[in-house]
Amino acid sequence: MSETADTAGTADRAGTTGPTAGEPLLEAHGLTKTFRVPRSASGSTRLHALDGVDLTVRRGETLGLVGESGCGKSTLARVLLMLERPDAGTVRYDGVDPFTLRGKSLLAWRRRVQMVFQDPFASLNPRMTAGELIAEPWLSHPDLVPRSGRERRVRELLEMVGLRAGDARRHPQEFSGGQRQRIGIARALALNPEVIVCDEPVSALDLSVQAQVLNVLTELQTELGVAYVFISHDLPVVRHVADRVAVMYLGRVVESGPAEEVFTAPRHPYTASLLSAAPRPPTAAPQDGRSRRIVLFGEVPSPTDPPSGCRFRTRCWKAEQVCADTVPADEPAPGAPQHLAACHLPL
Amino acid sequence: MTGHGTSGTETGTGTSTGSGTALEVSGLTVELRTPRGRTPVVRDVGFSVRSGQTLALLGESGCGKSMTAQAVAGLLDPVAEVVGGQVRLGGRDVLRLGRRERRSLAGPQLAMVFQDALTALNPVYTVGSQLAEPFRIHEQASRRVARNKAVELMERVGIPEPGLRAKAYPHQFSGGMRQRLLIAMAVALRPSVLLADEPTTALDVTVQAQIMELLAQLRRETRMALVLITHDLAVVGEQADQVAVMYSGTVVESGPVAEVFAAPRHPYTRGLLDSVPAGHPRGSTLPSIEGSPPRPGSVPTGCAFRARCPLARDRCATDLPPLVATGPGRASACHYWKELADV
Amino acid sequence: MSTHEIGNANANENENENQSGPAAEADGTQSARAGEETGRAGLLRLLVADRMAVAACAVLLLVGLCAVLGPPLLGDLAREQHLRAVKLRPFSTDEGWEFVLGSDSLGRSVLARLVVAAGTTLSVAVPAVLLSLVVGSVWGMWAGFHRGWRESVSMRIADVILSFPSLLLAVVVLYVFDPSVANLVAVLATARIPVYLRTARAESAELRGRLFADAARTFGTGNWAIVRRHVAPIVLPTLLTVAAVDFCFVMLTESSLSFLGIGIQPPDVSWGLMVAQGRAELQNAWWTAVFPGLAIILTTVAMTVLAGWARMAGDPAQRWRLTVPRKTRKGERP
Repeated sequence: MSETADTAGTADRAGTTGPTAGEPLLEAHGLTKTFRVPRSASGSTRLHALDGVDLTVRRGETLGLVGESGCGKSTLARVLLMLERPDAGTVRYDGVDPFTLRGKSLLAWRRRVQMVFQDPFASLNPRMTAGELIAEPWLSHPDLVPRSGRERRVRELLEMVGLRAGDARRHPQEFSGGQRQRIGIARALALNPEVIVCDEPVSALDLSVQAQVLNVLTELQTELGVAYVFISHDLPVVRHVADRVAVMYLGRVVESGPAEEVFTAPRHPYTASLLSAAPRPPTAAPQDGRSRRIVLFGEVPSPTDPPSGCRFRTRCWKAEQVCADTVPADEPAPGAPQHLAACHLPL
Repeated sequence: MTGHGTSGTETGTGTSTGSGTALEVSGLTVELRTPRGRTPVVRDVGFSVRSGQTLALLGESGCGKSMTAQAVAGLLDPVAEVVGGQVRLGGRDVLRLGRRERRSLAGPQLAMVFQDALTALNPVYTVGSQLAEPFRIHEQASRRVARNKAVELMERVGIPEPGLRAKAYPHQFSGGMRQRLLIAMAVALRPSVLLADEPTTALDVTVQAQIMELLAQLRRETRMALVLITHDLAVVGEQADQVAVMYSGTVVESGPVAEVFAAPRHPYTRGLLDSVPAGHPRGSTLPSIEGSPPRPGSVPTGCAFRARCPLARDRCATDLPPLVATGPGRASACHYWKELADV
Repeated sequence: MSTHEIGNANANENENENQSGPAAEADGTQSARAGEETGRAGLLRLLVADRMAVAACAVLLLVGLCAVLGPPLLGDLAREQHLRAVKLRPFSTDEGWEFVLGSDSLGRSVLARLVVAAGTTLSVAVPAVLLSLVVGSVWGMWAGFHRGWRESVSMRIADVILSFPSLLLAVVVLYVFDPSVANLVAVLATARIPVYLRTARAESAELRGRLFADAARTFGTGNWAIVRRHVAPIVLPTLLTVAAVDFCFVMLTESSLSFLGIGIQPPDVSWGLMVAQGRAELQNAWWTAVFPGLAIILTTVAMTVLAGWARMAGDPAQRWRLTVPRKTRKGERP
């Protein structure tokens, strides 16, 4: 792996170095977002979706974002795409805060960050054909692809994601779920983005199709050097695609670091329990140190009134008084400065 | 794929009618009335479960596994119709029973747990009164007795403070707790067979584990037979004893889970197992099954899987492969299963 | 009845790939650009296949022709009085073909008057409906898309208009101003705007939260462009159906106003006015009121049928239903 191209880091992803040496592209600091909700059981009207989230995405890498429903991972995606404005915290993209951009520079920024949605049924307007859907971004960015070249480019994109050029005239409902998700990916690629935020891109798909879509995503990354923020609750999937992972629980990142380190030596009890709770894949032999299953009691508390201190303490088997009193800070693992965990009593 | 000494032994069939067989389905065929005519959605499906065991019906969306379960439970929608086959429950063919007799079996003999726990519970009644209903109907229990039994039941499925929570309404429970309630309702009358249709799909990973534990524990306690309908290979691998893999409305492979997963004898099962991301190096290309399953209305002739199959040959287009025994307790519906077994 | 609908709901697992699923809840005509070359001929073929839609088309075409050609051709005949042929019964041509639908108390041919009145009726109803449709739907989509105070203010305005009896409003306005066609149109349109406003607002408020609208935002698409591309094509068919039904309402309101003497002024004649005038003679000359009444009903039904057809034909997810023989899709109609 030499410095031939700025995106060369992706060419050798399974290599020995682990996280690639790409420069930080997208950085988020202390993102906080609360929503107003009708009065909940406790009388609170604020839903704390994000609470001080830090995040870095490097050029050409895949950041896996893991967590259960309600942990704020989808809100985070929406903030990164500027669909929501955070209450506090900053987003820096190449050093620029996109929330300060207006007009032309904002449009130019939109090009660089795109999104693939979870639901391939709802995210494609049923009235439009596949070709129109993929060409839709160019209606807002007319100078990107000249009008005459659009048809050809649509065909190229369709083939790039493994569909046929002739599919351009068909409507989304004529495609299966997996094919629709490919259309969604092609549409995200239409603006030649540098980062694609994938919000549970394969969780609505069947296993055999899921593998196809994951392959498309990895191929595109090698080919185009695009970076992914890959949001999923499915640990084996994240483990397969991610260079680095961040584990979220109730609006906070509780653990982050190089994927292999986090998955093989989790430091936060929540990560450990997630890994342990995920049913073992059938092909894997009964294996490595996690033969004793940790079954957590209870469920994720409501984000309208999260617990004090460490958010996970109500379900944690190691919780002590200190966990209720103070919010744990991110601490690097001994010998692995990139591997951070927010726990008073790390494993 | 270790060579498993498989060829030759054509003794026991997949559906052995042993002593403890709680549910035996054979030749079940269901058709759907659509504007384009009648479409078979379940074709000649057979499987059996013994008391105290778990059978997984494994398949992807649209393969007819839910329809099969609904046919067995007698909950088919009016547009779908059972046109053939037998469902033997405790020695009787349920499909030949009258509506009334059949209804009397629902609960004490056969019960079902659905995927969507919120819509399966009535929002305007307290959960206590809904849980008491089976006792009132089947055991003619008095209001108070039924109520006490309901509370007992809630305790059994692990709902904290059951006495208090019995007065609450379904929306006041979390997703996992609602699923517990549904399971409580299903096992109220200690059924001999429990059908669970994707019981954990709507739940979070950590809660999924809790619910699966609960089901396993109930099965051990009451020695009921559990039919687990799911698309999740990992859940099957962990929970089931036997598995029947369905594709396009029919069973393509069946047998003990450990054996099937270790050495699949149908290319579809093989493809499914291969596409699990775990076990492949990170970022590598995952083996996948090309294409997508056929629509119910346009299933190709011969083998339904042939268009996506790496082993397909001319014969597959003309002859529908029957589900034949390939070893003790194992069966496969592929002409060329031996090639897979020998690899 | 609706067996198929149940079928779809239940067979969702099996037919997901097909027409049901989330796509089915959004219905209506095509997005403006969709399928221009392939669409035209295909749509015509679909239309021909549907006998009801063809009949509706024929009725509307006939009404349109009457409206355009009627006044110049039969204008005089409609005004001509035959005092010797008063209240002739319909369905006989003894007194000449023009009296096939009978004559009124002044001996004027009902047929000729019907044909001529078509023009006047449409000249009031069509602009009134179109005006309220355009203003109401654009306003409603805008209000629903932006939510917040714009929505609240718009809805309160709609409530005020709706709570005020539209007939009373019309009476007041038309007494103050001239009862001209233009004023009539303006009053009728104003009274009906809230109907479209409410429907459009509700639908657009729902659509703005859909994922494909979010997707468009991530491309940097502006609000109006999202309304134009993603909201309007889906909301419009519903509004068109509302408009088709509203047509009847407008014609009847116009007849009430004409009856009160502040609508269409004789010697001009509209269907509504004919009904109003004939009402007095219902006992001895029923045909003078019934035929124009039938004309109103027939026109409205034809419009509703056509609107229903267009709504289905325009939705790529529903279009296949039109290719299915009619009997099997009973209960599918809105």
